[in-house]
Amino acid sequence: MTATFFANARIIDPVALTDAPGCVLVVDGLIHAVTGLDATPPVGAKIVDCGGMCLAPGIIDIGVKVSEPGERHKESFRSAGRAAAAGGVTTIVTRPDTDPAIDTPEKLEFVARRAQLDAPVHVLPMAALTKGRDGQEMTEIGLLSDAGAVAFTDCDHVVSKTKVLARALSYARSLDALVIGHTQDPGLSEGAVVTTGKFASLRGLPGVSAMAERMALDRDISLLEMTGARYHIDQITTARALPALERAKRNGLRITAGVSIHHLTLNDMDIADYRTFFKLMPPLRSEDDRAAVVQAVAEGLIDVICSMHTPQDEESKRLPFEEAASGAVGLETLLPAAMRLYHAGQIDLPRLFRALALNPARILGLAAGRMLAGAPADLVLFDPDAPFQLDRTTLQSKSKNTPFDGARLQGRVIGTWVDGTRIWENA
Amino acid sequence: MTFRARHLLGIEQLHPLEITTLLDLADTYADHNTRGLAHREVLAGLTQINMFFENSTRTQASFELAGKRLGADVMNMGMQASSIKKGETLIDTALTLNAMRPDLLVVRHPQSGAVDLLAQKVNCAVLNAGDGRHEHPTQALLDALTIRRAKGRLHRLNIAICGDIAHSRVARSNIMLLGKMENRIRLIGPPTLMPAGITDFGVEVYDDMVKGLQDVDVVMMLRLQKERMDGGFIPSEREYFHRYGLDAAKLAHAKPDAIVMHPGPMNRGVEIDGTIADDINRSVIQKQVEMGVAVRMAAMDLLARNLRAARQDNSVMV
Repeated sequence: MTATFFANARIIDPVALTDAPGCVLVVDGLIHAVTGLDATPPVGAKIVDCGGMCLAPGIIDIGVKVSEPGERHKESFRSAGRAAAAGGVTTIVTRPDTDPAIDTPEKLEFVARRAQLDAPVHVLPMAALTKGRDGQEMTEIGLLSDAGAVAFTDCDHVVSKTKVLARALSYARSLDALVIGHTQDPGLSEGAVVTTGKFASLRGLPGVSAMAERMALDRDISLLEMTGARYHIDQITTARALPALERAKRNGLRITAGVSIHHLTLNDMDIADYRTFFKLMPPLRSEDDRAAVVQAVAEGLIDVICSMHTPQDEESKRLPFEEAASGAVGLETLLPAAMRLYHAGQIDLPRLFRALALNPARILGLAAGRMLAGAPADLVLFDPDAPFQLDRTTLQSKSKNTPFDGARLQGRVIGTWVDGTRIWENA
Repeated sequence: MTFRARHLLGIEQLHPLEITTLLDLADTYADHNTRGLAHREVLAGLTQINMFFENSTRTQASFELAGKRLGADVMNMGMQASSIKKGETLIDTALTLNAMRPDLLVVRHPQSGAVDLLAQKVNCAVLNAGDGRHEHPTQALLDALTIRRAKGRLHRLNIAICGDIAHSRVARSNIMLLGKMENRIRLIGPPTLMPAGITDFGVEVYDDMVKGLQDVDVVMMLRLQKERMDGGFIPSEREYFHRYGLDAAKLAHAKPDAIVMHPGPMNRGVEIDGTIADDINRSVIQKQVEMGVAVRMAAMDLLARNLRAARQDNSVMV
């Protein structure tokens, strides 16, 4: 029996929504007890003095791109795993938009094996919803589920053939498989690299109306009513989509939604002079949209905050804005960036970890994400106040395409534990 | 001297005083050009490279002539056929060119922001000859000079810009410049060719030519790109001409002495009636071309002065 006693912690509990001093005893990789400050450590237990810092469930990040197979020079399981550990992320749910796409059990097995060998954190792979992410024929959802796929998604390739999506959702329903969608109308979005508005017009960049998100959401909600499938939206980023999401939830549809940390902390004006590290999918929105989405997270309408970690090398970003690749790395900046919302008084820490850990765990049916006896001891210890200026060259990720380069942030991960074992230590 | 810019990337970065300085100098050059006076000493010993990643006859010729009149060694590089096709990135092309030590780099590129990107990587002065839908500063400056010479002032004028605003870098630069000089700007065009959020730019938007042209001093027509005509932005060329083409009937709603402008090349019978374009009492379209050379001479002259001053400072430091 191995026991670790976390003494003198500030415990962030996203279930009880409390933020209070206490101690945590971990035995054999599971949380054994969460107690008040006066608890005494059992004999022989290893003691971690938390020094009054925050101890929370490790982050569960849905939608991480690890560029294996295909573009290992951008990100490998080893580098993504290290980046996750450094960022307090204890479970990464990987995207299938690799080259080739993860659309057969054999390819999924490759991912699982590589992850097992190289990544210190839990890796849960997702599989494509249609073969080759082409939107034509559904993948072997049953066999892929058996092989360990936790969800099915074509990522940013929206299945535009409604009949194909309807069938895939019905079929997934029979297996109770989770489908993850990207709600951006592909027709309206064609060729767009920013959101329409003053900024797009000023810079002469082709834009897409924020309405494209609600259009696609409306379609998918109709299909959910029809099929009863379990559905998660990777990113809801606009104010106009929120009432539709709220109605769908109220009507009892099995729908949840996420948002990337970038859409919660940045707006389209941040692109400034064509800075391609701010080119994202969907594009950054207006400040009004950003504020509305932050509020939706605080209220719980949007369930999940993710990093939408998308590694891109220098060559694919050092191009004119329209030609540059989309996406930003986010595993290591997810927590410090989220602290911006906390310090701005827009969300408290328990609600933040509800979106970062508890809700993703619930959606995926995991026991983690909770500060409760019996839950896996996937934990992050962090100082919410520690200030620093981010230097992108110090990132663990192989790709350094972060929009927060040079940004002043607060919040430093002190340590990360997976199944009770320390995998990251920040001296 | 009130012109501090190192590059001419857009009107957005220019102060009204810098615009006036440039126009004053261009005014002089325009007079000298008509009298055939030479100024071969101004850019003597300097190398000007025209790098056009997008087809251009008029702008490239104008820049070439401007450079030659001021004594620069001018080289034209047609970039469509060159290494870009071989997979070289824009930044590599910029670095390669930079190693050849040019002094003035004139760049046109089909992507918005590409000229800004390039300017970050080179030591010489960069002039934007049009980037995507973003800016075309020398066009706006030559339009301003043409207006100033025709109207005697460049402020408190009612100016209508008509047509495909959404895809036009000329419109963007003109909105910026004419706004900075405190004019009233109206944009007229079908909603499909109007950029989103444009009212935030301090302009009035009309989708009716007759209402929009009421009492304006200047009518600026824009070219309707061929690819937009069948791109679903407008139903047809003839409907466009009917509703938005400038003809005598629509022009009658403007002030009697209103001038008509067009950046060229024109589609006669699409955005402008041929007889209006050729009416020497109304149309200043040929004047615009003439002012184009003068404005580009002034721009390169001013940038070359700043470049030489910066180089002198550097050599003192060493």
